[in-house]
Amino acid sequence: MIDTILSNIALIIGTTLMYSTPLIYTSLGGVLSENSGVINIGLEGMMIIGAFAGAAIGYFVGDPWIAFIGAGIVGGLFGLLHAFACVTFGANQVVSGIAINFLGAGIALFLSRMLFEGATMTKSIALDNKMPRPLNGVFHDGSFLNIIFNNQYATVYLAFIMVFLIWFFMYKTKYGLRLRSVGEHPTAADTLGINVIKIRYLAVIMSGVFSGFGGAAMSLAIVSNFRPTLVSGHGFIALAAMIFGKWKPQGALLACLLFGGAQGLAVFLGQFDFEISSQLISMLPYVITIVVLIGFVGKSAAPSADGIPYEREQKN
Amino acid sequence: MKIKFKELRKNIYIFATEKTIGFTLISIFLGLVVGAIFLVAAGFNPFQAYWIMLLGIFSKPSYISYTIIRATPLILTGLSIAFAFKTGLFNIGAEGQFIIGSVAATATGYFLHLPLLIHIPVVIISAVIAAGVWGGIAGYFKAKFGVHEVISTIMLNWIALYFQNFLIYTKGFQKPGGETSYSIQPTANMMILKTWKQSEAGREWLLQHPFWKDLLRTPMNWGFIIAILMAILVWFVLNKTALGYRLRAVGFNKFAAEYGGINVNKNIIISMFIAGALAGLAGALQVVGVSHKVTLIAAMEGYGFDGIAVALIANSNALGCILAGLLFGALKYGGTKIQMFPVKAPSEVINIVIGSIVFFISIPKLIKVILSRKNKKGGTK
Repeated sequence: MIDTILSNIALIIGTTLMYSTPLIYTSLGGVLSENSGVINIGLEGMMIIGAFAGAAIGYFVGDPWIAFIGAGIVGGLFGLLHAFACVTFGANQVVSGIAINFLGAGIALFLSRMLFEGATMTKSIALDNKMPRPLNGVFHDGSFLNIIFNNQYATVYLAFIMVFLIWFFMYKTKYGLRLRSVGEHPTAADTLGINVIKIRYLAVIMSGVFSGFGGAAMSLAIVSNFRPTLVSGHGFIALAAMIFGKWKPQGALLACLLFGGAQGLAVFLGQFDFEISSQLISMLPYVITIVVLIGFVGKSAAPSADGIPYEREQKN
Repeated sequence: MKIKFKELRKNIYIFATEKTIGFTLISIFLGLVVGAIFLVAAGFNPFQAYWIMLLGIFSKPSYISYTIIRATPLILTGLSIAFAFKTGLFNIGAEGQFIIGSVAATATGYFLHLPLLIHIPVVIISAVIAAGVWGGIAGYFKAKFGVHEVISTIMLNWIALYFQNFLIYTKGFQKPGGETSYSIQPTANMMILKTWKQSEAGREWLLQHPFWKDLLRTPMNWGFIIAILMAILVWFVLNKTALGYRLRAVGFNKFAAEYGGINVNKNIIISMFIAGALAGLAGALQVVGVSHKVTLIAAMEGYGFDGIAVALIANSNALGCILAGLLFGALKYGGTKIQMFPVKAPSEVINIVIGSIVFFISIPKLIKVILSRKNKKGGTK
């Protein structure tokens, strides 16, 4: 009896980790961009192009790490585009982000059709060329830890390391302080000699890199190819997680875990022969998120200068 | 001659930078240029592709009709988002509100048995109310608990999607043997001349009138007219009524509005209700006019997300949504034509075009810089 309960708990934890991972990367991307003062609603598009790049490079090159980094670079290029509009040309950041979403989906499918004989679905990566599973076979078969970690891909562990690194960077280094000061009060930061433009550019490019990682964490690990419905809205959920996590990396992590946990619960409940429809169970993660949000007293506040283009005052 | 040319340039500059419409037109042009660059890079002839697209939109009455049918829901979801923008809210939830509207329309269209002239209004009104409440929920959460409407509407979209799928698997609603619902009753049908088209006399007449035969091949319906009327109504409410004034005041400056005695929370809920109702109307019209039922959906269909782009291209202007929706419908419908013989280019290039248009719209400064540089050059010569 206790054994079954334990193995069920392990199963839920395992699926939680699996579902949360892509969201964690992408919401970290959101954290970086928005803390520098640039709203990034284009996470979805960056995630889509990253998922495609990861799957395509993985298929043609065969090395998951090259594919993963490639996905980050391609995502970063989209970040550069967003930064170009928002930082250099003072764009309306929401509008530019929406444009990125259309461009990400459009370019991914366009390239897929060109590279994969007219198909919008890329060819599957060979099983050996997927992300490695570092803890596969380390624990005893059927043991608690085995059920959790046996099938987790390297991207899962890397996501947690990244959260720590971003947290450390943002709150324990002077560069992190600069990043946050640019997002809170760019004029003051500029007066102190901080290069607002450069920091915003770097932050938005990195937000693209992380979103690209998030997409690749889906197409290189959870599944082994790219298809039009793969990302379908996860970028927006990562955006929601970032807001929910109060624009902080550790908060975003918790929000992603909450969402992944609800998803894990839905998968767990789905295996029983309930009278409840599986469609209703699928609603669970979204309902839980709303309920938790309502329960959360205290409004979340964005960085003060989030969404405001920075312009130096003209010298007279 | 040279002076005139300079004048012209100056006029273009003023048109492009000081008039919203001029700026939008230039963005559309640049978007098409970016699409052409992608086509060239992939080895296609962009002129041929765009020409085929143009023919595919305008060369037959049925093509024009299909374009309008495609545009109708986008005009309304665009209006929904534009309306919310004007009142300071970002309605990402048009997608879910559309779903709730189409589900409610299918349910009332199938289960109720009413006379012809009463059934359609009942179906539409109940769908509008259901979707309005769905949108209003997000408004209530924001007003009462301070939940960001972007998060709540994203979540509500997914809940709506699974709700529709749940109903499709529900006995009594699911058409046996299929992953769709039952079709609505004939009395709830808004397609023009639907029964006559299929009657003996109708077919006979249409055989002799090829223009009408081609036109009526499409699921032509009154939806487009309703969408235009709604755009005018939204424009009127926003600009000419006290309610619109209050809503815009809240959108413009929440604190000033509150200080001026406007109940901000109440207006947030009203605004989200109206935004939801507009998107729900799009869903309802799609059911009574085109699809007559709802089907299982695996992923978001994009009516709401496309509506965001429509609202942005229209600069959140209610009447502009009609034109932006038509442009969008034309691109989406015409885009399918370039996938076929003789061009055979990926139709996704349309999404690249749309994305680029929106991108250029986000950066008016860039266009100003490009044009002013040209102006300066013209001046020094």
